[in-house]
Amino acid sequence: MKFRTFAAFVAPSLLMMFVFIAVPLVSVFLQSFEQTQPVVERIEVESCTPGFVTQNCTTEIRTQPVLDESGRVVTQTVFTGLESYRNVLEPARAMAAIRAGDWSGLMAIDFWKALRFTLTFTLITLPLVIGVGLAIALAVNNASRTIRGPVIFVSLLPFIITPVIGALSIRWLFVGDGILTQAIEWWTGHQVYMFAQGWTIELLMLFYRVWHVAPFAFVIFYAGLQTVNTDSLEAAIIDGATRFERLRYVIVPHLMPLIVFIALIHLMDAYRVFDEVVGFRSEAHVISLQWLTYHFLEPDSTGNRAISRASASAMLTMIGIVILLVPLLRKTWRDHKGAH
Amino acid sequence: MMKRMMMSGVFALMSSAAWAGCAFENTVPLKSLTAGFEAWKSATSAMAECGNFQAELDQEFRTKQAAAFAANPSLYQIGGVANETIVPLLNAGTIRPLDDLVAKYGQNLQPNQLIKFDGKTMAIAMMVNTQHLMYRADILKDLGIEVPTTYDEVLAAAEKIKAAGVVAYPLGGTYKAGWNLAEEFVNMYLGGMGASFTDADGNPTVNNEKGVKALETMKALTAYMDPEYLTSDSTFVQQQFQQGKIAMANFWASRGGAMDDPAESQVVDKVNGAVAPLAMEGGTPATTLWWDGIVIAQNISDEEADAAFRVAMEGLDTEMVTAHNNDAIWLIKGYTPGRLAEGAIATATHVPPPPSYPSTTSQGLMQAALGNQLAAYFTGEKSAEETLAAVEADYTTAAKEAGLLK
Repeated sequence: MKFRTFAAFVAPSLLMMFVFIAVPLVSVFLQSFEQTQPVVERIEVESCTPGFVTQNCTTEIRTQPVLDESGRVVTQTVFTGLESYRNVLEPARAMAAIRAGDWSGLMAIDFWKALRFTLTFTLITLPLVIGVGLAIALAVNNASRTIRGPVIFVSLLPFIITPVIGALSIRWLFVGDGILTQAIEWWTGHQVYMFAQGWTIELLMLFYRVWHVAPFAFVIFYAGLQTVNTDSLEAAIIDGATRFERLRYVIVPHLMPLIVFIALIHLMDAYRVFDEVVGFRSEAHVISLQWLTYHFLEPDSTGNRAISRASASAMLTMIGIVILLVPLLRKTWRDHKGAH
Repeated sequence: MMKRMMMSGVFALMSSAAWAGCAFENTVPLKSLTAGFEAWKSATSAMAECGNFQAELDQEFRTKQAAAFAANPSLYQIGGVANETIVPLLNAGTIRPLDDLVAKYGQNLQPNQLIKFDGKTMAIAMMVNTQHLMYRADILKDLGIEVPTTYDEVLAAAEKIKAAGVVAYPLGGTYKAGWNLAEEFVNMYLGGMGASFTDADGNPTVNNEKGVKALETMKALTAYMDPEYLTSDSTFVQQQFQQGKIAMANFWASRGGAMDDPAESQVVDKVNGAVAPLAMEGGTPATTLWWDGIVIAQNISDEEADAAFRVAMEGLDTEMVTAHNNDAIWLIKGYTPGRLAEGAIATATHVPPPPSYPSTTSQGLMQAALGNQLAAYFTGEKSAEETLAAVEADYTTAAKEAGLLK
């Protein structure tokens, strides 16, 4: 393709990426090093609010922003360096806890608590998604042609459901008086509270994510299975390879690039786990890094938002994803170079 | 996104034709943004009778109200606010003083409806709201239990109800981690114990004996609740009551009407209200007083403000209150308190009365810090002192960012 044609095709996409990815990224990066705050004054005022019959008036010292002539809040932006990162990471407390070998002390800091969950969630779901996806793909591939269509359709259903709705459904099924909880209670004769402690919530989250994402892995693997060289498979059978050996030495190596692809996508997605935390209302027990960023950004009831900490937290999340992806990216790069 | 989907219904009410329900025909297009609970539905549909009025009812209104009112011209002429949600509007100067309009059109207002800051009327209150003791009168009577007046009595009563096994859980509570849990602590600490959150310089002072006592009382109560109490918000507690699963709760007056709604409730006429329990002898009821009311935007023309105020007054008139008497504890002329309002009114008029929830920026930061940190005490991750120290640290960080502390 001529360079001009190539450029004409790619330019719109590059422009979009620049406007919607690069610019916000740089802006968040810069905001994580500075704080914008209103210039405030402390004044004594009398305020009156209603009781039922009479009015309650109190004199109090209010801290309120200074307004300029046009009625806008006067703000000042100060460069704070790594202050926001320190506020998120709390390195002093974290180091003290690590030195003392105090695990619960470290987990008392939001960021580390969120990081612990995000990492375990990502690393546990990864093999499960690949394993379950491959298992379904092999099962469908070996199923007779007549039922293959319906089986594929049913296997894909979880993937079609909007994540939010899926998370809510799981919550409603397993909440204190949900149908499945009632069924388990009837079956075991014990009271069950899935949302009363952290570890049961985490189990449900893992289950939900694998259930939701495995169909994606399945579709990719199923497509890959159609391209397995039948000559190699027949040769393996003649050599006396068992079913497992054929899987181990012929099919899996053939699917390896797809496995790496799914691992990449899944790592990026799972590290940003968010819907589960909100859908399951698990803030008290389990939080994730993405939720932490959202929580900083959410205005409290008097309108304050921790934008600098949110930016710092977002940058840290991105750094975390990059670190997780590095081994896989290096492998892909090596394979890519080796192929030429 | 999610939160909004779960926690709110967004309803839009449109009315193009002026009805007979309004004293004048409004010709200026008006919009309002308010919370979405029953009282606001009643008030805004009464406003809609004047014509050219569109109401947006959204339980998550606070996330967009400050920005919408800061626009020029403002995206809404009328806003619905409460103690804390007026603060960002007040701070940014995006709502206008109403004294002129009150003089012109506010003949029917009661003096205690005027919310004043620094001598200027900034909002018109329509109702008060407070958390108070709601209880199953039938159960307490059957078991021969006096209505509890202190938290020690609440615990004793809960123990008896538990022993009798008449309900699934003796107590309910709005203990959802975050805002709700923080509010229960504020009730106990600020309301019940009269303790303060900050010193004169704005430094946090919550890590003290009273704070620990407040947390310990709350924890003692949770032993009688559904073990999933950290996910329990107002709607959940309301349903627990309606389905006969709980016998008592310190609960919002604005939810009282739902107990007697035969379409939803299995306990019609069985739930009564009483003064919010005291946290210590001779103290104030362990709760805070809230109001809900309307504000008018600053960034609109005077004609629009004039029309908006007139329409709002039509929405908050005696006619509306007589039609929707049990939706709220109305402050408007013509309100006759029903059975379910008695407890809330007794709470508000108790001597000494519970404090109003403070309308300050620092209280918003404190509420957020409490909401972030308190759950760790209830899950057993931290002791009471550690939890309160974490609240102070969280508050200090946020207050420095907001420019409140140096």
